[in-house]
Amino acid sequence: MSEAPEKREAAPVELGTLVVSSSPHLRAPDSIGQIMWTVVLALLPAFCAAVYVFGIDAARVTLLAVAAAVATEAACQALRRERVTVSDGSAVVTGVLLAFVLPADVSWYVPVVGSIVAIAVAKQAFGGLGCNFFNPALIGRAFLQFAFADQVTLAKWRFLPAHAFSDLLGSGVDAVSQATPLAVLKGAPGPAGLDALYRQYGLGDLVLGNVPGSIGEVSAFALLLGGLILVANRCINWRLPAAMIATVAISVLLLPVREGGAFTGGFVSILHGGALAQGKLALYHLFAGGLFLGAFFMATDMVTSPITARGQIVFGVGAGLLVALIRLYGGYPEGVCYAILLMNAARPLIDRYTRPRVFGTKRRKEAERA
Amino acid sequence: MISLAPPLMPVLAAADAAPSPVGTVALSILVVGLLGAVFGIILFVASKKFAVKTDPRVEEVLGALPGANCGACGLAGCPAYAEGVVLKGLAVNLCAPGGAKAAKMIAAVMGVEPGESERRVSVLRCRGSRARAKERMEYRGVADCRAAALVLGGPKACTYGCLGLGTCVEACPFGAIVMGADGLPHVLEARCTACGRCVDACPRHLYVLAPEKRTVHVLCSSRDPGRATRAACEVGCIACKACERACKFDAIHVVDNLAVIDEEKCKNCGACVRACPQAIIGDFRKMRKALAASARSATNAGGEAAAS
Amino acid sequence: MRTFRGGVHPHDHKELAREAAIEPVPLPERLVVSMNQQLGAPAKAVVEPGAEVLRGELLGEAGGFVSAPVHAPTSGRVVDVAPHPHPVAGSAPAVVIEPDGRDAWAEGCDRDSGERLDAVEPGEIVARIREAGVVGMGGATFPTHVKLSPPKDKSIEVVILNGCECEPYLTADHRLMLERTAEVVSGLRLLVKAVGASRGVIGVEANKPDAAQALSGLAAEFGFPVEVLRVKYPQGAEKQLIKALTGREVPSGGLPMDVGCLVQNVGTAVAAHEAVLRARPVTERVCTVTGRGAARPGNYLVRVGMPMAHLLAHAGVRGGVRRLVLGGPMMGLAQWTADVPVLKGTSGVLALMDAPEWKTRACISCGRCVEGCPSYLVPSRLSILAEAGAFSEMIDEANALDCIECGVCTYVCPARRPIVQWIRQAKWEARIRKMKADRVRAEEAKRAQEKESAATA
Repeated sequence: MSEAPEKREAAPVELGTLVVSSSPHLRAPDSIGQIMWTVVLALLPAFCAAVYVFGIDAARVTLLAVAAAVATEAACQALRRERVTVSDGSAVVTGVLLAFVLPADVSWYVPVVGSIVAIAVAKQAFGGLGCNFFNPALIGRAFLQFAFADQVTLAKWRFLPAHAFSDLLGSGVDAVSQATPLAVLKGAPGPAGLDALYRQYGLGDLVLGNVPGSIGEVSAFALLLGGLILVANRCINWRLPAAMIATVAISVLLLPVREGGAFTGGFVSILHGGALAQGKLALYHLFAGGLFLGAFFMATDMVTSPITARGQIVFGVGAGLLVALIRLYGGYPEGVCYAILLMNAARPLIDRYTRPRVFGTKRRKEAERA
Repeated sequence: MISLAPPLMPVLAAADAAPSPVGTVALSILVVGLLGAVFGIILFVASKKFAVKTDPRVEEVLGALPGANCGACGLAGCPAYAEGVVLKGLAVNLCAPGGAKAAKMIAAVMGVEPGESERRVSVLRCRGSRARAKERMEYRGVADCRAAALVLGGPKACTYGCLGLGTCVEACPFGAIVMGADGLPHVLEARCTACGRCVDACPRHLYVLAPEKRTVHVLCSSRDPGRATRAACEVGCIACKACERACKFDAIHVVDNLAVIDEEKCKNCGACVRACPQAIIGDFRKMRKALAASARSATNAGGEAAAS
Repeated sequence: MRTFRGGVHPHDHKELAREAAIEPVPLPERLVVSMNQQLGAPAKAVVEPGAEVLRGELLGEAGGFVSAPVHAPTSGRVVDVAPHPHPVAGSAPAVVIEPDGRDAWAEGCDRDSGERLDAVEPGEIVARIREAGVVGMGGATFPTHVKLSPPKDKSIEVVILNGCECEPYLTADHRLMLERTAEVVSGLRLLVKAVGASRGVIGVEANKPDAAQALSGLAAEFGFPVEVLRVKYPQGAEKQLIKALTGREVPSGGLPMDVGCLVQNVGTAVAAHEAVLRARPVTERVCTVTGRGAARPGNYLVRVGMPMAHLLAHAGVRGGVRRLVLGGPMMGLAQWTADVPVLKGTSGVLALMDAPEWKTRACISCGRCVEGCPSYLVPSRLSILAEAGAFSEMIDEANALDCIECGVCTYVCPARRPIVQWIRQAKWEARIRKMKADRVRAEEAKRAQEKESAATA
């Protein structure tokens, strides 16, 4: 196969100082920035829906929150003499998400203070991106809940009718103050009050966003679209939101509520032949309130959710259960914010007990070593 | 509160009847004070009943130690060493950071002689700064000397020399090593306690703990033959033996391409320092004298300030 | 299509060299044959400067059982036996040969023995492979005869040939399968016979349909299926290949023989054929030189000991190259100089024009490393432990020793964390610690013994 090749010295090659590092010598194109800005892109449909429903106010609140978040992060990093990394978009994501859980008519200082708390306290104080335990936007929201309760409370929110740009054109349509669908539910949880609720806000209204609520939570369709963008770009794992949403649905389906002195709804209702009605209520719960926003954009925050698929399912189920419990039995009409924060606290524990089986080992032996 | 209610009934009734601010305050003080007393008694009893019997000398010895938990004594922290001294009869002078002072105090507690303890400091045996020692590659990766040394033997042309990434700086619990602007770490002898953490941290084993009174050191660790050393670094030992020839006490010899000082014979005269053409033998005498002088003047100044 | 769990799909860049037929490289002025060509003990030189040698003559004898002999890659004169730069070890003893241009084989070598494969006994197969210095040609360079000599209680049921070449850029095995198909199949038959396996199979990734096609016809005649596997790195890793083809998992800390398997690279199969049926010791191999820094990328037949600079010049590697990698980009070793020789395991050389800077950030727990790890580890946790200096915990609590250092985790990490480098450091620190502990234990034992003998005396 190989004949004697002639001896020949080829022209020597001049190589300068070479760069040497440990293998691998290739990297995937996805950087932190790419992931974060994709999340921002995925939030765009909901932003458009928000501006459509609430008008220019939605944009105002969002811009204020984002600007405050970015400025706070830059300031914190500069003060600690670290590299300023606001261009990676993670502060922008926090700002947008915080704005999305606020009503559109809050005063300017509400999103600003919320962003400052979210970034400086819940993120930078822990060590910056990757080191925080709790979802920064939700901490900001929780803080605003007790700091400016009257502006931020969920019970009664200003609702501007659709085509809110008519405001700008001076058609003088007044804002209307109405209770959110979940607030109505909280007041009349049993099957009896449901017909009135459906007449006020139908399922279609929920999907499109024709309901009162916080800026980002109203349009289920826009959020679902955003969620699909995230899954398609591998920014989030589909298991977590799926588990959370499914658990809420099943919990609402089966858990009864107290009305008057008796238990109604839930399996009690099903046993008396009300399965279809209960199913409709479960579906209603999915589209109402901040569940889609929470499931697709908050619970899935990489830093504060489990790292394995199994852990993410556990997290989703836990969060879903808590959402249902708070909505059905708790003091607030909406439970997504606290459900997720509580699961964030449980996340290290979940990670510890959902470690994968190592290749070439049996399950039980590895569980002992943990 | 429920169980306390009966005895407090008259007081509560009085408070209800006339809810004056003074009455409320007095009641609050009484209640909280009572609770405090009750819990205090419980805690006191518990501390006596569940107390762990310890030799009181362990606390005394621990008090004599600096508390840095550096591990130089060979045990896992100061409490462990204190226990070791009292309960297992370990030597009283094992604490390098504590030095002679701690040894004396511990010896007093244990009722023994303190024994020998001379001050030692850490010396870096390399002068290969960024300007002087050539780099043979542009290394990118974990900024740690131990990690960099694993990537094809590290970025420096001299495979024996300092990598300048600061693992020793991180390792020193006393802040006694700082990274110089020239890429070479610098030992702040005033802070060095000879705990030995830098000796363990350096992947090239460049640090050595030497008695303070030894002031002459060979500041190179390269065993490469002369030509290779000179190609790799301006201040490397080329094994020319000029030091060997200059020494009147037969105390320095070139072994395996590197000058090595025989500590028993060396008189710190500095003849080899002057003879070395590469200027790689260091004499720390002047620097240490200056340090000691400034330390003395500081205490004097402190004494004066205290006196005035 | 069968596959394994985990893995990643980097752009494979194989179009640069895929179509280049294997071509020999002219001999250089000097060949530097390193004694350190394999895993295990280095070989010991048996020639002196001044000796005239022929191609295939023994230059260094094996340094033990887990070692392999090294042979002269061409005829010529030994001009030096001394330490020389080595691409992995930094420096290693080497025999430097000045070729005489005749390229004459030693007596008894390079003959078509005319033997039929059936006539050679299994023990003889292993012996000839051992004498020829055959080692794993995929890059691991594990002495093949050792793999073919499992202990009595372990039997090999299936011999797997690795034709996956999962590393990006490399195409040497692809060309071997296309151009030396018969030798590949013959090699497999020899390996199957040597260990008494009941079956053999060749695994090829789906990006080499022509190779799979070329092999299946011939392999089918001897009952060897050619399995086409999903294109995914690192399909060619031993354990992952076994998992994909047989569903079995090599136990943690164990070897393929523990599940009755034996894996060899297709290049090793060719070398085995040459060794057993053509009496040719290992003197050359196919090496892909590629990357945008090479004006003439291709698959070159190079002699063992060929200076890298000579090979690079032949492939038109020009100035402006920022990185030089021996092997593939995922697990290869970046070099700081071209002044090193080609070894038996040098499957490829990459001349890369770029050297991007990657800034390490904190772990954002995105989970891509966990999804990709073919050993099912949690690289994120390993990286966080490493940053805290908790190297022993990485080994004891996070299974760092199960890491095959494939690089998938570091490739996918958006925070650009140098995970594999940290894991390597942990393994090294563990080795150092063990050596220290062993030394302390030995000293204590010695002291105890001295005390005892003093007491009894």
